Amino acid sequence: MTVHAESLDLPKGTTREKLGRGWYKFSRNTMSIVGLCFVLLVTFLAVFAPLVAPYPEHAGKFVDFANASIPPGRTYPLGTDVMGRDILSRIFFGFRFSLMMGVVVLSLVVPPGVTLGLIAGYYQGTWIDTAIMRITDIFLAVPPLILALAICSVLTPNLFNAMLAVSLMWWPWYTRLVYGLASTLRNEFFVSSAEVIGASKFHIIFKEILPNCISPIFTKMSLDMAWVILLGSSLSFVGLGVQPPRPGLGTMVAGGTDYLPELWWISVFPALAIVVVVLGFNLLGDGIRDMFAAEEV
Amino acid sequence: MSSPPSRQDSGHLSRPPQNGALLKIRDLHVHFKVYGGRLRVLDGVHFTMHPGEKVGLVGETGCGKTTTMKSILRILPEPPARIAGGEIYFKGRDVLKMKQKELRKVRSEGISMIFQDPTAALNPVFTVGQQLEAVVKYSIEGKNLSRKEIRERTLQPLREVALPDPERMLDTYPLQLSGGMRQRVCIAMALAASRELLIADEPGTSLDVTIQDQILRLLHRLVEETDVSVLLITHTLGVVREMTDRVYVMYAGRMVEVADTQELFDNPLHPYTHGLMEAVPRLTGGGVADGIAGRIPDYMHPPQGCRFQPRCPRAMEVCHQEKPTFYRIDDNHQVACFLYRDSET
Amino acid sequence: MSSITYIVRRLLHSVFVLLGLSIMIFIIARVMPGNPARMAVGPRAPQEVIDRMSERMHLHEPLHIQYYYWLRDALRGDLGVSLVTRRPVVDDIKDFFPATLELTLFAGVIMGAGGILLGILSAQHKDTWIDNALRVVSYLGVVTPSFVFAIFFLLLFGMVLNWMPTTGRLSPDVVAPPTVTGLITVDSLLAGNLRAFVDALWHLFLPGLALAMGGLAQESRITRSTMSDNLTKDYIASARSLGIPEGVIMRRFLLKPSLIPTVSILGLDFAGTMGNAFLVELIFNWPGSSRYGIETMLRKDLNAIVGVVMVLGVVFIIVNILVDVVVGLLDPRIRLSAKRGE
Repeated sequence: MTVHAESLDLPKGTTREKLGRGWYKFSRNTMSIVGLCFVLLVTFLAVFAPLVAPYPEHAGKFVDFANASIPPGRTYPLGTDVMGRDILSRIFFGFRFSLMMGVVVLSLVVPPGVTLGLIAGYYQGTWIDTAIMRITDIFLAVPPLILALAICSVLTPNLFNAMLAVSLMWWPWYTRLVYGLASTLRNEFFVSSAEVIGASKFHIIFKEILPNCISPIFTKMSLDMAWVILLGSSLSFVGLGVQPPRPGLGTMVAGGTDYLPELWWISVFPALAIVVVVLGFNLLGDGIRDMFAAEEV
Repeated sequence: MSSPPSRQDSGHLSRPPQNGALLKIRDLHVHFKVYGGRLRVLDGVHFTMHPGEKVGLVGETGCGKTTTMKSILRILPEPPARIAGGEIYFKGRDVLKMKQKELRKVRSEGISMIFQDPTAALNPVFTVGQQLEAVVKYSIEGKNLSRKEIRERTLQPLREVALPDPERMLDTYPLQLSGGMRQRVCIAMALAASRELLIADEPGTSLDVTIQDQILRLLHRLVEETDVSVLLITHTLGVVREMTDRVYVMYAGRMVEVADTQELFDNPLHPYTHGLMEAVPRLTGGGVADGIAGRIPDYMHPPQGCRFQPRCPRAMEVCHQEKPTFYRIDDNHQVACFLYRDSET
Repeated sequence: MSSITYIVRRLLHSVFVLLGLSIMIFIIARVMPGNPARMAVGPRAPQEVIDRMSERMHLHEPLHIQYYYWLRDALRGDLGVSLVTRRPVVDDIKDFFPATLELTLFAGVIMGAGGILLGILSAQHKDTWIDNALRVVSYLGVVTPSFVFAIFFLLLFGMVLNWMPTTGRLSPDVVAPPTVTGLITVDSLLAGNLRAFVDALWHLFLPGLALAMGGLAQESRITRSTMSDNLTKDYIASARSLGIPEGVIMRRFLLKPSLIPTVSILGLDFAGTMGNAFLVELIFNWPGSSRYGIETMLRKDLNAIVGVVMVLGVVFIIVNILVDVVVGLLDPRIRLSAKRGE
């Protein structure tokens, strides 16, 4: 994997110029802007759900059989489910779980994953490297969803444990990514020169090697938001994540499958909501990758 | 212009018309589109070359030599590059206006290019033999050749570049070869294709100095032994002195001086050429060589007049405003500098 | 290093990984709260039955001894008894797994072949409407979860348009071929039963496509992007400059190096597919291991969970080895380089 470097011909300039150039590269692709808008919208709706949702009380324990199973219309824009709850409002609250999933998991996963990758990369060729990478291999030997399911199954099903389970099986991706970068960088001159002048290993790993890995890590993080949210909704769908009556998006989709195709809106709209969130983060992630990409002339 | 060339049975382009130029570039402009605007890299390049000549093209990194060469074979990455004007005549026909079929003929039989970085120029997942074979097979006469003939034509260039054990070489992958051998393979591929004009882009620069020397000697030998015309691009003056008859000096997207090699060294006229000569360290005479003060211009906002003017120790008023054209000093010496405007013979 | 050595090393590596995986899943399974023996015999069993079961399950022994017993049994083909079905886990897997395998392999083929073809198409017509349309579709393909596709396909093609069946592997009026591999398509071909073959394919289509969409999109994106990156490489410009026709360059000299990342990713995407098969099976009522797997996971059926995870691990590892072999065939750098593969 190559280390990215700005083209030598174009002057680096001030931070303002760097941001400007970063924004230029990001905004070249309209889709990235679309992604940014989606993400901002979802975040806004999630944060202000109690204020913005038309029927905020429907997000919890709420039953109104008189208004159950109503198709999308004026009073209930996306319809109601079999318990009479407004789907639109529940989706807004559902975004909260999705975002929480992404943020919590990534916060738990990135520091240890990256650190292990750095250590393995720095000590490349030694038993430390082998040990860490072999453990990583084991975790990556099973399809992600299966492993998440397996871990979830030993714990009580709820969102918190789902996040824990996903965290436990997600960190190896970062270790592998950073290992690849660090083991290449390890042999670069700037590392040897640091060693020669007696810099501590801590310094070398975190102050020399790590900064060069930042862009791929960030790119991966932005894309991972999408995947983690997806995994979370899959777990909820199966019954191991957000538990009913709470409005997890996957949970809502699962709740509606029994009523297909007559009451299609119960599953379809939450499913579309998932698509919007995942799409948004994916596009955003692509844009961020463009932003970090080296310019070539 | 000149009368259209006639086709002979073999499909080769026939001999060039009256003025006899093998390659003639006229007023070539090439732009690159990047963040913030356009890089006007080539700003009216003029170049002429005759059959049998060995011409050098000297200039510092970034002056547009490679861009010019890639334009000749039309292998520029088009976006972001764009040929904004000018003509390139190969044996009387404008390459820039050619259709694919004719262009392929030129590439396959007329002009070959040896790239600067041999590692990048070789496809990593195919053997040397497979790549050479493709060159031979898909040349214009390739379809008429038997398998045996094709194989012979792949071995022959490998022998010419003095690679050991050509037969085994056919089955090796580029990654298994050293830098010097890769460069030889690239030269072999160029030889397998075209025999009229060979363009060598800074041969050996990415290699060890001793290997580079070997490569240059190889090229020298090849050039002496055959009548192939050679365009040698380099930033090293010493190479040019040994191997060329005539030299162009290029700066910031324009040709600034052209002369017979000996004449150029004896009598450099353009201030830039002067600076280049002075910059070469001498073993005798003492003192450390001076560089040329300043940097190549920003191609996005190039100077309005002569592009060398900001660095020129002898810049005049007119240099700020107008661009100099070539002034003929002698039969074999032209220079694009206002200093010599009145010295035209 | 020759190809044989490479393969042997990979195999050893895989065995190690499988062992590690079994240890890990074993530990996870044992970490659960609750008494496995009690769960095995049922809530109303008397204490002495529970004690005897504990004895048999070696529950009083230290963890590594328990693992040893488990490994010994596993290598003999005995993965224990499932709490849910009360049958040997191995039998359960034999019953349910081939359906999942067939579905996943079908999806895998679509992903690989389809993805590459679409990617090539996209790259060839780069920046035209074909390319842009494909890029949008592939984007949606990547971001939409399999179960969403499953629901849409089920609704649209199954229920609304009624083009394809929505449940089961065969129509009720079609005779099933004798079971050889458990894969109905293969078995019907072996038995010469074309009607069953076509019918099975028709049933595979919707769930298989839903499963494959993510991977299909991913492969086509990577193929397109690699091809488009490699297009600017010097060796392509060099080939052009030497007079090789554009068509030959695209089909041969650009394609081969561009396939390498795609095939590498295929292994990973296949893993994702195996996981998503669980969800898609639920939606289509496909009689595979999903029902079994999820039931057992929800009911904390230790033996079954371990069994299912291990089987999936083995399949995944085999697929990965195959992928690595193909990548090695495509890319001599992998085959011939002396550094350790990582």
